[in-house]
Amino acid sequence: MTNALPFPPKKDPQKRTLVPTLPPMARSRASLGLGVMAAQGRFGLQICAACAAVQYPPRDACHKCLSDDLPWQDVDPSGTILAETTIRVSPEPYFRERMPWRMGSVRLDAGPTLNCHLHGEVGRGDSVKMALKLDKAGQGVLIALPLKGSEHMQDDPTLRAMSCDPKRRRILISNARAPMALALTHALLNAGASHVFLGEPEAWLSWPERKAFEGMENVSILPLDVTDTSSIAKLSAEIGGKVDILINTATYTRPGGIVDNDTSFARETFEVNTLGLMRLAQGFGPGMAARVQDGINSAVAFVNILSVQALMPDPSYGAFGASQAAARSISQTMRAEFRGSGLRVMNLYIGPIEDDPWFQPLPPPKVTPNAIARACVQGLVDGLEEVTCGDIARDVYARWQTDALLLEREITGGGS
Amino acid sequence: MSDAIVSMAEALASGQAKIVDLTHTLDPDFPVIILPPEFGQCARFRMEEVSAYDHRGPAWKWHNITLNEHTGTHFDAPSHWVSGKDVPNGAVDEIDPRVFVGPVVVIDCSDGAARDADFELTPEIIEDWEAEHGAIPADAWVLMRTDWSKKSGAAYLNMAEDGPHSPGPTPAAIELLLKRDIRGFGTETVGTDAGQGAHYVPPYPAHYLLHGAGKFGLQCLRNLDQLPATGALLIAPPLKIKGGTGSPLRVLALVTA
Amino acid sequence: MNRQSYEGVVLTAPVSVPYVRYTNETAHWWIAKALREALGKVQMTPREIDGLSVSSFTLAPDTPVGLTQHLGISPRWLDTVPMGGACGVIAMRRAARAIQAGDVDAVACVSGDTNRIDSFRNLLSAFSRFAMDATFPYGFGGPNASFALLQDAYMAEFGATRMDFGRIAVAQRANALRNPQAVMKKPLSLDQYMDARMISDPIGLFDCVMPCAGAEAFVMMREAAAIAKGLPFARIASTIERTNAFPDDPIQLRGGWAVDIDDLWSMAGHGPEAIDLLQTYDDYPVICMMQFEDLGFCAKGEGAEFVQKHDLTIGGDFPHNTSGGQLSVGQAGAAGGYLGLVEAIRQVTGTASVTQVDAARRALVSGFGVINYDRGLCSSAAIITGASA
Repeated sequence: MTNALPFPPKKDPQKRTLVPTLPPMARSRASLGLGVMAAQGRFGLQICAACAAVQYPPRDACHKCLSDDLPWQDVDPSGTILAETTIRVSPEPYFRERMPWRMGSVRLDAGPTLNCHLHGEVGRGDSVKMALKLDKAGQGVLIALPLKGSEHMQDDPTLRAMSCDPKRRRILISNARAPMALALTHALLNAGASHVFLGEPEAWLSWPERKAFEGMENVSILPLDVTDTSSIAKLSAEIGGKVDILINTATYTRPGGIVDNDTSFARETFEVNTLGLMRLAQGFGPGMAARVQDGINSAVAFVNILSVQALMPDPSYGAFGASQAAARSISQTMRAEFRGSGLRVMNLYIGPIEDDPWFQPLPPPKVTPNAIARACVQGLVDGLEEVTCGDIARDVYARWQTDALLLEREITGGGS
Repeated sequence: MSDAIVSMAEALASGQAKIVDLTHTLDPDFPVIILPPEFGQCARFRMEEVSAYDHRGPAWKWHNITLNEHTGTHFDAPSHWVSGKDVPNGAVDEIDPRVFVGPVVVIDCSDGAARDADFELTPEIIEDWEAEHGAIPADAWVLMRTDWSKKSGAAYLNMAEDGPHSPGPTPAAIELLLKRDIRGFGTETVGTDAGQGAHYVPPYPAHYLLHGAGKFGLQCLRNLDQLPATGALLIAPPLKIKGGTGSPLRVLALVTA
Repeated sequence: MNRQSYEGVVLTAPVSVPYVRYTNETAHWWIAKALREALGKVQMTPREIDGLSVSSFTLAPDTPVGLTQHLGISPRWLDTVPMGGACGVIAMRRAARAIQAGDVDAVACVSGDTNRIDSFRNLLSAFSRFAMDATFPYGFGGPNASFALLQDAYMAEFGATRMDFGRIAVAQRANALRNPQAVMKKPLSLDQYMDARMISDPIGLFDCVMPCAGAEAFVMMREAAAIAKGLPFARIASTIERTNAFPDDPIQLRGGWAVDIDDLWSMAGHGPEAIDLLQTYDDYPVICMMQFEDLGFCAKGEGAEFVQKHDLTIGGDFPHNTSGGQLSVGQAGAAGGYLGLVEAIRQVTGTASVTQVDAARRALVSGFGVINYDRGLCSSAAIITGASA
């Protein structure tokens, strides 16, 4: 049984906010593959292409046949805990602050023995389901989870430290007018978020959808325009210390390629999609990064909703795709810059949105705002860095991972 | 001539004359005209710090600003509209600077605008005004006072599903003003035309007819309630932008105290 | 093929430099101190010794190569043994063969490490790639946590209790109280052991060694040379070593000794009953218990019963870790891999003084080292005998 997470007390203004510490970050090159899997919510290990032996810890050559062909593949996560310990003394500051710390040794059904973190509901002798999660250092680590957890299993402190669970947290959605903003607000509140702030650009321009937010409990609409540095500075000064998760929904979409397009539209596209993200990162990032270890409602994640067009050329949306690719690049750099604090950056890739007028002539499948909201919340709960939502995004992302150059030809060279 | 200038300076110094600022502050939150989204849009005013007595420039502070020629309180040149594209010297850098300083009359429509967001300036209203104040002199600025500048936020554009609703002139009113050979026409709303001006024939009559006739526009003015109906002097010099169709500017009026 | 005996090669000049908890001196300093004392005992100058074997974790950025220039030694045979807790026996068996073959005349075997404030954490952080990748990110409990897992599995499998491990620690403390060089100087009762705070369950405070700075050394040479110099010496009856034994065991309940134990006894020509004292590698009592079993003193799983039935003190029926072992003397890095062997040389040469076991002629020394990931990879054992055996 995991106890339900308590509501955080009000902050004691006389106490210094804890400086974030990180678990050990150093890894071998091969072990970085664990993070690659964890970032996508996959459980996988190296499997020898020559003899099928499952490898762990990650290696440069197979421990059975010395082959160096060790691709990462999904692996059955079932295993049994052989031994456990409760560590009460550690020289490492991150763990010292979190003592006692339980870890164990799990025999994976697929073969290897895994030293791993233990969820509070499992112990020696238990059958468990292994998962790869990103820890605060951004590295992929193993945790043994119960086969069937209790109602509040997600509140287990070890697991929660690896997740970006919106429960008891305060979320800023950068643009309330985005198609998925309302669905996201509902999904976050249903997931236990304590408050949702929504940015409203151009309050001088009325929009009927605003009514849906008005009167919602624990929801505030505040002026914020990602193209306006001063509005970001103003809102950050007001609520920056209370933003635990920032979800950037601000998007400016206009069709058109590169040669036939208009740089005024392109400029606005970049102002919102690219520089807007950079401004948000500058306005809210440092404050969030300083609050990563601020108790139950610590700052935890920065989410960028990106079009999967970031990954491929699309002559119908050339400047838009370019702005998304640039935003993705910014997002990756943010990830690198926030690494030292433990603040996670999650990219949520989506395809064309149902009912979005800028994608109206495109054929299905499209992704619904509700699906985006679900994927976003689940990605946060799972503590992911890379999430795809909808058939198109999933398909393009997978093809891009397999062969980005082939994807380009498939899109533009008549691949069928 | 020099005596006249000296007298004006003395009048200002002594308080016999005063300056009224008719300009809104350039502010990121100030509304701009909204067109259907597939059209190109007017850039909002934006300001980015270049340095602020810091490592980017230790002893000075300055900003880069971005805006449209038609952002904030601004001047419309004839070349702004298709009807005025062939008007000689129709761009802001080509306009004779004589035009930037001149007499101004104010037609008060504030009561009507308070009653009806779609209030129209008609020839009848103009003629009634002339009955009271005399004929509109040639080569004068004509400003339509609505007190609309006192609205803020969403009430300023007053956007509904059928578009914005704000007062403006009818085509016939503009034609009458052109008969008077005015210098230009100015309003307190986001454009010289009514919010629903697209539905007139011709659409946007102030823009279409004024600029076609080589006349000028001023919009997003304020403090018109501080001007007399006649007798004030308007100073409205746009930036000298090469080929510019308009310009944000500081609009001042000199009035007798 | 029958293994060749170690006849004609002897161990002499056992040296233990007293340990300290923290020091600002380097590993070079500690090794030099041990070496100077050992060479003094065998009446040789640094230039005269032609063989050197070094084990140390904290020489970086140097290797033993740099150490030779630092210390002014010109060996024609240089070895470095990175086997941690197994290094003493392994250094010895390699040097013995080189001396037998005539590649070298005398080998100074030395191990030592420094311990600065926070250097233990830094040492652990860079201990091994698998530890970096797959152990320390999980609570960074260091070896305490790794051995806790092994002990947890051992206890669950064989029913041993904490009290059984306590008997080992308590007996060693009793031995240590005789040894003025032991860092731990207070008596330890079984109650105190049981009541101590937990470090990494089921490992408690008195299951853990104290990281220290220190050094150990001995010298190997031909028997004739030792006789000529009038040095007390020990002979080597039998040795084994094994690395990465039983790689398919899901968790370590046995060490590499179990692979080679028959070889050890057959080369010695006798069984466990002929052993007068045992020096096990004791970074945690559970490993001592595993050695009792894997070396053949009792059957697998009967370690707990064995410690209940025997008195492990110097004067007992089964003298074990007579200097007090690392649990009471302290763990000076790689010197921990020498501690038992150096004490055994003293014992079988009758020079152990205050810790001397009566009529100690045959000693079994075993080593265990390098928790690379989830288990200790290196094991070693040797039987050494006094001149009278």
